[in-house]
Amino acid sequence: MLSGDDAVALGALHAGVRLGTGYPGTPSTEILETFDRIGGRAQWSPNEKVALEVACGSAFAGARTIVTMKHVGLNVAADALFTATHTDVDGGLVIVSADDPGMASSQNEQDNRHYGRAAAAPVLEPIDSQQAYDFTWLGLELSERWKIPVILRLTTRVCHAKTVVRPRAPHQDDSALRFRRDVPARVMIPAFAKPAHRRLRQKLAEITAWNEAEGPIEEHRGNRELGIVATGVAAVHAREAAPDACQLTIGLTYPLPLERIRAFAASVDRLVVIEEGDPVLVDSLRAAGIDAEGKAEQYRFGELNVARVRRILARDTSPESEPPAGKPPELCPGCSHRAVFETLRDLDCIVSGDIGCYTLGVLPPFSAMDTCVCMGASVGVGLGLRHVLPEDEARRVVSVIGDSTFVHSGLTGIAEMVYNPPATGHVVLILDNATTAMTGQQEHPGTGRLLDHSPTKRISFESVCESMGVDNVHVLDLHRNADGLRPLLEELLARDETSVVITRQPCVLAAPKIRLYEKAAAEQAECAAATQD
Amino acid sequence: MQQVKNIVIAGLGGQGVIKASDILADAAFRAGFDVKKSELHGMSQRGGSVSSDVRYGEGVLSPMVPPGEADVLLVLEATQVEINRPTLRAGGLLIGPDVIEPGALRNRKSLNVALLGALSTALEIDQAHWEAALHANLAEKLHAINEQAFALGREGAARHLGQ
Repeated sequence: MLSGDDAVALGALHAGVRLGTGYPGTPSTEILETFDRIGGRAQWSPNEKVALEVACGSAFAGARTIVTMKHVGLNVAADALFTATHTDVDGGLVIVSADDPGMASSQNEQDNRHYGRAAAAPVLEPIDSQQAYDFTWLGLELSERWKIPVILRLTTRVCHAKTVVRPRAPHQDDSALRFRRDVPARVMIPAFAKPAHRRLRQKLAEITAWNEAEGPIEEHRGNRELGIVATGVAAVHAREAAPDACQLTIGLTYPLPLERIRAFAASVDRLVVIEEGDPVLVDSLRAAGIDAEGKAEQYRFGELNVARVRRILARDTSPESEPPAGKPPELCPGCSHRAVFETLRDLDCIVSGDIGCYTLGVLPPFSAMDTCVCMGASVGVGLGLRHVLPEDEARRVVSVIGDSTFVHSGLTGIAEMVYNPPATGHVVLILDNATTAMTGQQEHPGTGRLLDHSPTKRISFESVCESMGVDNVHVLDLHRNADGLRPLLEELLARDETSVVITRQPCVLAAPKIRLYEKAAAEQAECAAATQD
Repeated sequence: MQQVKNIVIAGLGGQGVIKASDILADAAFRAGFDVKKSELHGMSQRGGSVSSDVRYGEGVLSPMVPPGEADVLLVLEATQVEINRPTLRAGGLLIGPDVIEPGALRNRKSLNVALLGALSTALEIDQAHWEAALHANLAEKLHAINEQAFALGREGAARHLGQ
């Protein structure tokens, strides 16, 4: 039994993937961690855009490659994605996008199937772990056959559900890679990109024909009164909700096998599309002139389940009962973020927040966060507030960003602060707890350790900020001097200068592990020194 | 298709809800059933409510237990009983932490496995599969203490659930 994430990792290993890149994000994080554990080569990048760029290079060199991220991560990587689809990849390139309908642990519930159409990338949608395994493999094969990046779109219930997987015999490919120069297919200047766009549309037309003839489509024949077209995990909900109906489950959902669906539609009396999230599939069918029924607007929100699919099929639009609210998450006892948010609350700061555990600072007893948009936004949003608010309010604005988020998207914000400083200056707090805590304590370029926790070079936030030209850079050890934060902030908020305060204290959950990693690294260094002697 | 057995395990982050559902799913898989299990990860690990669905039978479709269709609701934390009760079907079995006498466990952390012991008396999965699943999902140094907890749960079930 494997989770969908683990099944992708195993599929990648068995299909001969030579490099896995990504940035942690629920529900995708476990893919690269598992890939590393079972013997694959995996590495965290500073953010998803860099991860996709590294993956493109690897695929250009002919290596099978996967890159993993959560749904919002693909927004960060979108610049690379939209042009990568115009290039020719030699090695298979699968981009794993893990969506989070229902927002179990995300800031929005965007539906990344839109990216398939928008960026012209084929999209595979597995229904369970077996298909997550099979489609990882299939995605790599399609990608190589048509030299095009393929999106493997997972959702929370595919990523984290465990189901039975029967693996195949691993693919052996130890061939040496050599760089093959192909300028028109890899250098996207207009002269080459114009024909590349035509080639891309031709590739999609060929993939459509393949999908019609031999694509991953499951057809279940039943009573012709009801026909269901479904994708992803919603397909298994539908099979259970309407076991007697005819059902067509589409695996490659962009580009669609419209003629196959048209024939299915003609074979049933009523055609209903069951899909989680936005009406992507149903709109495509209607645009193609297929008379398909979608779901009522209320079912766009949140995850689907068997009960909700039954309601959709019954055209039931009565209000749904809200499940009782459980106990919300909170900052751990002993968490270093607690002292920071108590101080910000007591100073009545206007807090421009960011993405991480510390977003919980918005909840009581702290109630000390006023904005949170996306990774890195704390710095820019804080600056915008400072620029236009009256001076007494502008002076209270503080940006708060975590260590992993700072590396991901905070550096350009600091450049903006130095370049366009507000009249009242600004204060940025980097809460450095020495890990990517929120997603389960992953390493990043500021920890000095790789994905497998072995040592590498560490980026010094204080050196970066100083060299970028921030007026005041302070480092505060919260463990030894939590009381020092308030007077320091008061002093900096009163100045018309730009300031960065880096508060340091390891995450309480990560600290014991960090001590082990450091011990192992020290022993290794000692061994190496002894060998040199 | 044979009836699918639906079990929901609930509690708070850090109590071992997911570990318990891993062990149950593994035991059912070893007993020859098709099995699916699912839960939400992420923010819940910060001490919030956690629940995990396990379904097994001849062939399982959706990985989620539909509301009001759980045959068994197993809850590790008394405060979480009411918010999870809507998942239980009419006449379904509720196993709460009170099945284990306070102070009876050598280590409170093995409450999850103790309650699996209680659950095992209500399911058609052989003891040997439970043992194998416990061993496969727990570090070796924890085997003895968890085997005791499992046995304690079976005794507790006999007393509390009248089986």
